[in-house]
Amino acid sequence: MNGRFLRRAVLRVLGLGAAAALAGTMATAFAANPIKIGMSMPQTGTLAGGGKAALVALRMWVDDVNARGGLLGRQVEFIAYDDQSSAATTPGIYTKLLEVDKVDLIIAPYATVPTAPLMPLVKERGLLLMGNFSFQVNHTVKHDMWFNNAPWNDASSWSDGFFALGKKAGGKTVAFLASDQEFAQNLANGAKGVAKKMGLKTVYEQNYPPSTVDFSSMVRAIRASKADIVFVASYPNDSVAIVRAVREIGAGDSVKIIGGGMVGLQFTPIMESLGSALNGFVNFNTYVPGMKYPGIDAYFKRYQERAVEAKVDPRGYYLPPYNYAIGQMLEQAITATKSLDHKKLAAYLRTHEMNTIVGPIRYDATGERAKPSVIQIQFRGIVDKNLDQFRQPGKQVVLDPASMKTGELIAPFDKARK
Amino acid sequence: MFSFQLLFEAVVFGLLVGCFYAAMSIGLSISFGLLDVPQLAHPAFLVLGSYATWLLTQYGWDPIAAGAVLMLPFFFFGILVYRFYYETFEKRGSDAGVRGLAFFFGIAFIIEVGLILGFGVDQRLVEASYIGSSVELGDMRIPQRMVVAFGVALLLTTALSLYLAKTFTGRAIKAVAQDEGALRLMGVNPVHIKQWAFGIATAVTALAGALLIIIGPVEPSLDRVYIGRTFCVVVLAGLGSMSGTLVAGLILGVSESIVLTLFGASWAPAVAFGLLLVMLGIRPQGLFGR
Repeated sequence: MNGRFLRRAVLRVLGLGAAAALAGTMATAFAANPIKIGMSMPQTGTLAGGGKAALVALRMWVDDVNARGGLLGRQVEFIAYDDQSSAATTPGIYTKLLEVDKVDLIIAPYATVPTAPLMPLVKERGLLLMGNFSFQVNHTVKHDMWFNNAPWNDASSWSDGFFALGKKAGGKTVAFLASDQEFAQNLANGAKGVAKKMGLKTVYEQNYPPSTVDFSSMVRAIRASKADIVFVASYPNDSVAIVRAVREIGAGDSVKIIGGGMVGLQFTPIMESLGSALNGFVNFNTYVPGMKYPGIDAYFKRYQERAVEAKVDPRGYYLPPYNYAIGQMLEQAITATKSLDHKKLAAYLRTHEMNTIVGPIRYDATGERAKPSVIQIQFRGIVDKNLDQFRQPGKQVVLDPASMKTGELIAPFDKARK
Repeated sequence: MFSFQLLFEAVVFGLLVGCFYAAMSIGLSISFGLLDVPQLAHPAFLVLGSYATWLLTQYGWDPIAAGAVLMLPFFFFGILVYRFYYETFEKRGSDAGVRGLAFFFGIAFIIEVGLILGFGVDQRLVEASYIGSSVELGDMRIPQRMVVAFGVALLLTTALSLYLAKTFTGRAIKAVAQDEGALRLMGVNPVHIKQWAFGIATAVTALAGALLIIIGPVEPSLDRVYIGRTFCVVVLAGLGSMSGTLVAGLILGVSESIVLTLFGASWAPAVAFGLLLVMLGIRPQGLFGR
């Protein structure tokens, strides 16, 4: 009897041990088998200022989600490679992410130029791609598993407000200055259509190559054209050079409004270094201090602590919160569908409203914002060498859309610079 | 929208930009043109010069003064780089072809990554009284920074031309490019001369780097923009010719500016390589090459 009892007890202990060992092995297997999310990000080159800041936000989300226990009981592993801001590198990087790193999900790199060559790849393979502030990369490919985090849709969502402001200020003629690359050309071509529809006459058009050293000649030509409205579609380095050239050469008395699509003027280090030269420019933006979304203040507090350490945009209003939002959208879709299946996730993203720190996001059939919220702001009262001023509401006055408006356009441009 | 006023402005602006291009290329004219060292890292040295200038401006220095002072440490840095290149490649006779190129490409890459680690990826700009203001000549407004860059570039080219023509070491540098063996027979160590010359070529990049950050914002990967233009100017000039470098820079600047004004900015970069191809076809030794 005692022997049988002993044997049972031993078997029970062994069984428990085996179960514990199995559970341990499974836990180890899950821990060792994290959900891999991969992407390329511009960490060198002209887009690196935005890219590196965005990575800080994405890593914040990864840390947050892992602290909450991960997704589907698995930790999240984040893999990011530098694409050097180049369209040439991204197809190779994403092939490596998919074939070698075996990632479960992919996020697009920041900006249009590095993202555009990925579109045929993801469409061919039927992959979900979370877009990252690119512009109209899906308008010809029409991939139904593409979801852009940017608050815009087509060119009209971007330039309607700008031209309406110019027209209201008495503008009749337009000059276009655009970089000779995917983003700026898409934007400028769309903007030309919008201007034409509004009855504005184009008096000057110039596309410049990305290697342009100085813009004085082009600003002189714009001045000579006596345009009322000047629409600029540029990347960060060019935007800085254009603002400086305008300060030196002058845009001319005729100009009522200038700016529109200048990437880079949203980055705090650039704004700080340009200082008072920014005054009067009207430009698109995604977030300025004073705008309220649930959770955004707490997010900025944490981001700004990390940004100093990472030597990136210390305020990070433009791109980083929208990258954190990518993580939030993936988290919401994965948790709701309990799946990593790209089709299921895409179906969820297409049909549900996502709650993020940049407000609720709902997508249209093309994977762009159903309700765009691009703002046009005018720089006012900016002084030189003062980083703190960019925290204050009122330095970037929201002119459009009407629902977010905090002030009226000061025109002409020369008056707004005083 | 053609007007003679616009064309005139394009020529004036082209001359200013051309002088700036010459300043960017003159160090390379010594290292690649005279010494035959495949200095692919030259534009990266320029960017390094810009960042060093930026650092000094944070302590209240004027960018030009900072660039001038930085010439001394850059001179010694150049000597070190050449010495390393000599010991590891030239001395062993393995500098030919791809290996020498790979060495300098590697240095350029290390500089770029070093700058990213040290300064981050954001653009850097400098402030000075001549940046952001312009000189008015009738209806024409010329950015003062371009005028300053023009003056400094002119001074630099003249000084280097005089140094190479009038001093013993300068003539020895020219001689080492022509016949190393003959120089040795004259009792001069060609390696020391090349080392000295490479030091000068690198020192020049400090001042040229200061001009670079005066003209526009600088970020670690900016060297990629200048690699084509600087090599184009040096080859167009005729390898090793200082005055030729100035003339080639001016030709490039004026043609780019006119093409930009009359035909559109997209055609401007094609000018550099178009001119280079024509020159190589008609006069392979370059404008002032022998």
